[in-house]
Amino acid sequence: MTAFLFQKAWQFVIAFFAITVITFGIMHLAPGEPTDIQTEMNPRVSAQAREHLRRLYGLDQPLYIQYERWLKRFLTLDLGTAFDGQPVTEKIVERIPITAVIELLSLGLILVVAVPIGVLSAIKQHSWFDKVTTLAVFIGFATPSFWLALLLMILFGVHLGWLPISGYQSLDARGLSFGGRLLDWGRHLILPVFISAFGGIAGFSRYIRSKMLEVVRQDYIRTARAKGLKETTVIFKHALRNALIPIITLLGLSIPGLVEGGVIFETIFSIPGMGQLFYQSVVARDYPVVMGMTVIASILTLFGNFVADLAYALVDPKVRLGKEAR
Amino acid sequence: MVLPRVEAETTPIPAPALPSPFWHRFQKNKIALAGGVVVGVMLLVAFLAPLLSPHPPNLIDVHNILAPPSADHPLGTDSLGRDVLSRMFWGARVSLLVGFVSVAIMLAIGVLLGALSGYYGGWVDNLIMRFVDIMLSVPTFFLILAVIAIVGPSLFLIMGIIGVTSWMGVARLVRGEFITLKESDYVTATRALGAGDLRIIFLHILPNALSPVYVSAILRVAGAILTESALSLLGLGVQPPTPSWGNILTEGKDNIEIAWWLSVYPGLAILVTVLGFNLLGEGLRDALDPRLKD
Repeated sequence: MTAFLFQKAWQFVIAFFAITVITFGIMHLAPGEPTDIQTEMNPRVSAQAREHLRRLYGLDQPLYIQYERWLKRFLTLDLGTAFDGQPVTEKIVERIPITAVIELLSLGLILVVAVPIGVLSAIKQHSWFDKVTTLAVFIGFATPSFWLALLLMILFGVHLGWLPISGYQSLDARGLSFGGRLLDWGRHLILPVFISAFGGIAGFSRYIRSKMLEVVRQDYIRTARAKGLKETTVIFKHALRNALIPIITLLGLSIPGLVEGGVIFETIFSIPGMGQLFYQSVVARDYPVVMGMTVIASILTLFGNFVADLAYALVDPKVRLGKEAR
Repeated sequence: MVLPRVEAETTPIPAPALPSPFWHRFQKNKIALAGGVVVGVMLLVAFLAPLLSPHPPNLIDVHNILAPPSADHPLGTDSLGRDVLSRMFWGARVSLLVGFVSVAIMLAIGVLLGALSGYYGGWVDNLIMRFVDIMLSVPTFFLILAVIAIVGPSLFLIMGIIGVTSWMGVARLVRGEFITLKESDYVTATRALGAGDLRIIFLHILPNALSPVYVSAILRVAGAILTESALSLLGLGVQPPTPSWGNILTEGKDNIEIAWWLSVYPGLAILVTVLGFNLLGEGLRDALDPRLKD
């Protein structure tokens, strides 16, 4: 197990370096300089001031020195300064809560909806329920979530007028009581949470269905049935538990995807989360922010992979003890 | 060295009297056939866009701004009075072009690296597979957005960057096939006849290693179409005035309170096209390997 951990940790470190180098390279090899945005539009900026700015951001140094500096600062959790003068870390941290709330709620929604659907369509394979959900999942896979977002905004926001279509709270939210604010948030967040969960629901229910079908055919399930256990006990205690193990892995792998997905729905619903910050920074070419967020998302992905591998190893002795089965 | 033409001396195999089992299964799978029809219709629409469009796609008509669907404009007009139906016909070109070209790029990279990795093994394999792992950890959508923002959006860049960030699965598939096939008797025989590595890789193993790749290529076309429309929606895709399904949706988002037709129809086109490719891919999977059917 220690050897396995070491191997994975080593791979983690190498991947981290590679990703930061790739991202850093892309950001800095691009034509033009980050400071152009500040200087080009302003005719009063002198060549001296431009040079001063270049030195301020360290752009006059060779690339590898810039990278080394960036890495040193990164290891102390300093991601540099955004072009509006605010530290990048601060900018990102203030966007985390709203994104985290939406992602956690949508993860919960995914599990609450997808597990029962997957289990039901597996134990009633070929029933009408199974056929309907299979069709729904297939259409769900092909549905662009940003389009669904627009449709729901038109239906509930414009035509029925039930829900607000942008932001996460009303303009007068400060004047409301605590309960009122909670309700206000709920009304604003219900569509974003649903849209963010939408693709996951389709994917997870399919995954649980196929896992359940696999597990139900195993010998120990036959044994459980043969010794006269109730069908519900067999399904929920014996089968579902085993079917859920790989799902922990899948959850680990899907977290970074949720953050990336935020770019689209946070932009559509004008929610000031991390996705919107990334989009705004990309459009404004605010490199320190883009670089910082890309690296953070990469680390999240690496960490997700790492946790997934670890969870897998804890469960499956073949992975833990044997050499890599590739 | 000139290779002996072994194949030429064998008796030619007579053409099968029955349809091959592949076609038979494929035709039996009605859903896959439906997917094929949808894809075919979309291709036809893209090719015939100039003939089908009732109006020029970029014809601005200030008297008909944001007009709801009518006899003259079956799917309404946008904020410059341009005909939405015509723009959608032309938009099919962009979507399908991005889908096919980016998948071609993906295949070129994935097949090459997968083949080298599987055939040579050892440190080559190790190097390429670690690179695959690293690419899989890069947040693809972030990277695509960042690169487009730096270089500036263009059709070629979008196709390129989608291809460059999506080849990893194909590389793994091809590698797996190569690892199995390189040990097979016919490859040993070819090597004994003196064939070089390149000949073995590209002429003897590759044709037999591609069947799982077809399926994933078709499914990736759908994925690329979705990515392109998401980029266009964010204003980082194909730039107006060139019509694309995604940038019509942007207009829909900006005019959401007044013009539902700008949101509903382009999204429906994306949905149907993506569904078509998905059904075709899944149907092909079943036809190529009936064991995979659950």
